[in-house]
Amino acid sequence: MGQLSSIAVLGAGHVGPVIARLAIRAGYPVSMATSGDPLDIALIAELLIPGAQPRWASEAVAGADIVVLAIPLHRFVDVDPSLVSGKLVIDAMNYWPASDGVLTAFEDGGSSEIVAARLTGSTVVKALNHIGYHDLEDRARPAGAPDRRAAGAAADDVAALATIAAMLDRLGYDPVELESLRAGRALEPGEAVFGSVLTRAEFERAVRRHERNFA
Amino acid sequence: MTYTFGLDTFGDRNADATGQPLTHAQTIRNVVEEGVFAEQAGVDFFGIGEHHTDVFPMPAGDVVLGAIAARTERIRLGSAVTVLSSDDPVRVFQRYSTLNAISGGRAEVILGRGSSIDSFPLFGYDLADYELLFDEKATLFAELLTGGPVTWQGKTRAPLLHQDVVPHLESGPLPVWIGVGGNPQSVIRAARLGFSLALAIIGGPPARFAAYSQLFRRALTEFGREPLPVLVHSPGHVAATDEQAKAEFWPRWLDIITLMAPERGFAIPTAESFERETGPSGALYVGSPETVARKIAANLQALDATRFDLKYGMPGLTHDQLMTNIELYGRQVIPRVRELLN
Repeated sequence: MGQLSSIAVLGAGHVGPVIARLAIRAGYPVSMATSGDPLDIALIAELLIPGAQPRWASEAVAGADIVVLAIPLHRFVDVDPSLVSGKLVIDAMNYWPASDGVLTAFEDGGSSEIVAARLTGSTVVKALNHIGYHDLEDRARPAGAPDRRAAGAAADDVAALATIAAMLDRLGYDPVELESLRAGRALEPGEAVFGSVLTRAEFERAVRRHERNFA
Repeated sequence: MTYTFGLDTFGDRNADATGQPLTHAQTIRNVVEEGVFAEQAGVDFFGIGEHHTDVFPMPAGDVVLGAIAARTERIRLGSAVTVLSSDDPVRVFQRYSTLNAISGGRAEVILGRGSSIDSFPLFGYDLADYELLFDEKATLFAELLTGGPVTWQGKTRAPLLHQDVVPHLESGPLPVWIGVGGNPQSVIRAARLGFSLALAIIGGPPARFAAYSQLFRRALTEFGREPLPVLVHSPGHVAATDEQAKAEFWPRWLDIITLMAPERGFAIPTAESFERETGPSGALYVGSPETVARKIAANLQALDATRFDLKYGMPGLTHDQLMTNIELYGRQVIPRVRELLN
């Protein structure tokens, strides 16, 4: 087996630590960063995410093959696109006005499409956004487990999509690939997949239903 | 080890025996009776959570707590939670130091966001500013508790210059907690400000929060602070038998989660998920006194916590069902938990 990609998780709130723990458990090298000093998250990393390396964001990203954006979407405007330029970026954020308020920039179109339009130097994959952060950890299962559930990934770049689908598989989910960020709107808040933890068959049915409704 | 036990309500709108909703006003009067009865039943703390909706018509819990304070002598009274981000920390301090005066030093405050976001549009705040609002206001609130004239400057309210804020506290700072639902950075903030930690656990295995307790204690040490307690807040319902408790609670739980799902991202409960959550490793304390007591004892130990607050009631339950819940919790569950833990 070759060396696994290294992952930088940006965000140490509800979601970031859960994704980092899953990745460490799956054998990935993981660094963590927020917008501030790594000392601020050293204790969180030590106690909640053993094995994760707290870093400044620029250092974490520089050493990573895959960057996970796990920050509140309204903080995304503070991210300098050049920070993640040249990287494969997982957009785990959500535009969820009922919960987080209205963001004018995200009112029109899929949130990951808008993220990708701003991160022109990066390859963006929408993933890890649609399963609640508690469930994400509790429901992960090894390949072949009878109660394994599905997780979606959406991207315009076929190779990046395959990479992240393989990563979801390692993290503990049956990957379901959606072959454009536009199609990834099926993973957004308010859609059938969002907040539910579905089997692959249920997941694929829900995505097909979404495609029919929005064709 | 001294353990304490509370009851929390969000002013969940009651129904009558036929299922018809009672008025907001009658629900509020019932909450006063429930708070007074909680003391008689042997409960240590009664908390009221701020909400602004038709099913939780409870925006001014401190007024209700004042009414309960006037008719009780021992039970501690507090918010659970105060949505500080959309309030003014000076006003919150004044209301709870007034409650503290009325009650002879029995007031507490739990700060947080709760499940309520309704206060943001209501009072003209933007949810996108949530972190800044909470951080600044919690810092000012910590200042206010020290009791002296306050000098403060920030972005979220007018500055204060050597401002004496009344009424003065008679006997030191109120107990203040920060409610945390899963964000570890909020745990660090509580330790930094010297507030106790309230873990709000409403789904999934409670034991996973054990790391948050450890994080809190380590952070207190790093900030050079004395140890502070951890409390666990979770929903539940106690009735004579497991079957009765589940039969009363389940339809009301299904209704409220279905109502809140779009806003909070909750999955709609199923019979299967309800069984899991009411079982030994779930987050709902629904059952007979023995079932609920065993679960509380196990989780206080697992989470290294010394206080448990049961969020009782759900919109659509009757006042009689809630009074039975309070009586069983105070007279049977609490003594049984103490017995199991000692």
